Amino acid sequence: MGGAVPVALSRQHEVARALRAFLPERAVLFDEEDTRPYECDGLTAYRQLPMVVALPETEEQVQRVLKTCSALNVPVVPRGAGTGLSGGALPPGDGVLLSMAKFMRVLRVEPLARVAVVQPGVRNAVISELAAPHGLYYAPDPSSQIACTIGGNVAENSGGVHCLKYGLTVHNVLRVRGFTIDGEPLVLGSDAPDSPGLDLLALAIGSEGMLVVVTEVTVKLLPKPQCARVIMASFDDLEKAGNAVAAIIAAGIIPAGLEMMDRPATHAVEQFVGAGYDLEAAAILLCESDGTPAEVEHEIARMEEVLQACGAVRLTVSRDAAERLRFWSGRKAAFPAMGRISPDYYCMDGTIPRKRLGEVLRFIAEMEKKYGLRCPNVFHAGDGNLHPLILFDANRPDELARTEGFAAEVLEKCVAVGGTITGEHGVGVEKINQMCTQFRPDELELFHAVKRAFDPRRLLNPGKAVPTLARCAEYGRMHVRGGALPHPELARF
Amino acid sequence: MTLGALQEEIRSAAARAAPLRLRGGGSKDFLGNEPRGTLFDTRRYAGICDYEPSELVVTARCGTPLAELEQTLAHRGQCLAFEPPHFGAATFGGCIAAGLSGPRRAAAGAVRDFVLGVKLIDGRARVLQFGGQVMKNVAGYDVSRLLAGSLGTLGLIAEASVKLLPQPPAERTLLLELPQAKALEAMNRWAGEPLPISATAWHDDVLSVRLSGSEAALRAAAPRIGGHELADGPAFWRTVREQTHAFFAGAENLWRVALPSTSPALALPGAQLVEWNGGLRWLRSGAAAEVRPAAARAGGHATLFRAPDKSAGAFTPLDPVLARLHRALKEAFDPAGIFNPGRMYAEL
Repeated sequence: MGGAVPVALSRQHEVARALRAFLPERAVLFDEEDTRPYECDGLTAYRQLPMVVALPETEEQVQRVLKTCSALNVPVVPRGAGTGLSGGALPPGDGVLLSMAKFMRVLRVEPLARVAVVQPGVRNAVISELAAPHGLYYAPDPSSQIACTIGGNVAENSGGVHCLKYGLTVHNVLRVRGFTIDGEPLVLGSDAPDSPGLDLLALAIGSEGMLVVVTEVTVKLLPKPQCARVIMASFDDLEKAGNAVAAIIAAGIIPAGLEMMDRPATHAVEQFVGAGYDLEAAAILLCESDGTPAEVEHEIARMEEVLQACGAVRLTVSRDAAERLRFWSGRKAAFPAMGRISPDYYCMDGTIPRKRLGEVLRFIAEMEKKYGLRCPNVFHAGDGNLHPLILFDANRPDELARTEGFAAEVLEKCVAVGGTITGEHGVGVEKINQMCTQFRPDELELFHAVKRAFDPRRLLNPGKAVPTLARCAEYGRMHVRGGALPHPELARF
Repeated sequence: MTLGALQEEIRSAAARAAPLRLRGGGSKDFLGNEPRGTLFDTRRYAGICDYEPSELVVTARCGTPLAELEQTLAHRGQCLAFEPPHFGAATFGGCIAAGLSGPRRAAAGAVRDFVLGVKLIDGRARVLQFGGQVMKNVAGYDVSRLLAGSLGTLGLIAEASVKLLPQPPAERTLLLELPQAKALEAMNRWAGEPLPISATAWHDDVLSVRLSGSEAALRAAAPRIGGHELADGPAFWRTVREQTHAFFAGAENLWRVALPSTSPALALPGAQLVEWNGGLRWLRSGAAAEVRPAAARAGGHATLFRAPDKSAGAFTPLDPVLARLHRALKEAFDPAGIFNPGRMYAEL
């Protein structure tokens, strides 16, 4: 996908010159060798060279970049570490890629107030490292936490493996400072529990960099639980494992983490990290409990009871911190492990009601046959957030096309069972067609109206996350199934 | 009453640009600025649509009585963890639109943290669905959380889905005699420790601390807090949540001052009741002009919560950039300006 969009050199020079008026030479890139590293994010199938890359270091510089671009009518795409999986930071060929990589300072950690104030380029894992001496941590822990930045987490409303109990980014960010596309400064949220007016912070989080550019983030820090233990439960049947997930919740337990992996997934990661997984099992569940030693002991015992009643064939409880981390290491290494067993893989991110887990897994197995591609499954089972990983080889003819067809059918199934096409990775450019399945034209139109309220000229990360109705009509025409058009009321081209 | 009939009324009002006053049980008529417009009774659209305890989600129509909903959840050992105040015959829709949370807010989160999805009728009388019934959903802008606390200014929240939590198996309340400064320090310190504190309230030199969790957890935590146990904890927390505590009974204006939890005691005349580890300070005071500047200096904001005269505006005014964004969003949702005009700000 992507490639060269011819940009008039005069335009490129005009924009670069305007930015150079207040940015040093090294902070404005436009030679192809310098801009190449910014051509894609974690979704490498989509690439596009940006016209210009800007690397400001101060809030004032960010403001001037935005004012300059707005005045010249140039699109702007903000970027953190570029680990996003949906192409949210795919650059505009005719615009400015605004890298926040130099905003790496932790401004302060306040142990008594339990907050950290950081710049958006600070990596997720760094916050918890700095809070650790105070017995505190930052809860959302996406698998990419070593590399991904808090600014990117805000843009995508990132999750992790502990969301069911501790929430997503939106539950753990208290306040952001930033600018509109026109360079107007704003503060959303507050150091107090709430702020007057509409909750624009909730709206901005997960808006995929389309409403505001964030230059400072205040996060909530939580007390580190005294101890944590994890149960590894083996099942000889996928559906039994799925039912066990629902049974734990029904028993009134909110596990700190509740993850599931099927046999193809455990086999792939076991070769890679040696997590000690049960390779005989059709599926394993990882169920974590955290709290005081007494609470954990009590909760682990209750979870063991439920798991046994649901037909678990083997239960192993982590004996110490090292073993617990080893159990989790496999889950956290699931994506890179797939990279070892397949030239390419495609990660999906649908979320479904937990009770439909068995049905959706059967559907995925049917799709494996239909498309002739393997698809190991890892899930944030407690949240019903699926990450099926389709394995393919982009060098073989039609495998990418088959993969996209496979993925589209699975995401549409997620919507059909009452779920969503993306739980935590965002829509970006990747799932923009599936937005037409999940939302009706009126709803998409309202999203566009929200966008217009912040950015009437559609300069900030244009073309991402929310499809135009025309695009949906085209997509509908391409994907007619059973003669049923998704939006029969729309004019077709 | 059907959704279609509600839509029809809204369509007709929009065509005439005739303001509607969206109202459930009227329990929060006092909240915000003076309500205006033709009464639109949301109780006509009531009932629980979907409740499956193992999904930790309930979906209900706006007019569902909050008490009835909470009772249904309690039968299955679950609850609305943000402990919304009722203040009378509250409805579920009003609870979401008002966005008020109760004593558990500092520990569990606010209304907006639990909202998963909404069905909205906007100012063009369109039925729009945002979010859903699943825990994680980042498809499109998070309009459903934006609607929590919007005071009905963006549209009619016809249905909403919220995340539930299990009721805590055990609770106990401890009382300590402490002046405000010491209490503020203690609440913030404890909040940074792994203790099962689910609510705090300070008034008149007595700090009340509620612990929630397993018996084992409470036994381990109680000595760390100290003090002595209150016999009827639930009755006390009800008086805080529902504002039937004696503190709330005076004739003077009631201010709701939200501050960073570590802010020192507000140096303003009048009695105070502190909640949420110091993040929420209720102030009964004749002082008017000084309250908002004092809150702003401390990094927070002040709402004139209950007062006979709200001519100064119920809510802290917005800066020009935010005010412009509010007007633009209002225009996007409600171009004819029919929903609860002026309830939040005069220009919305």
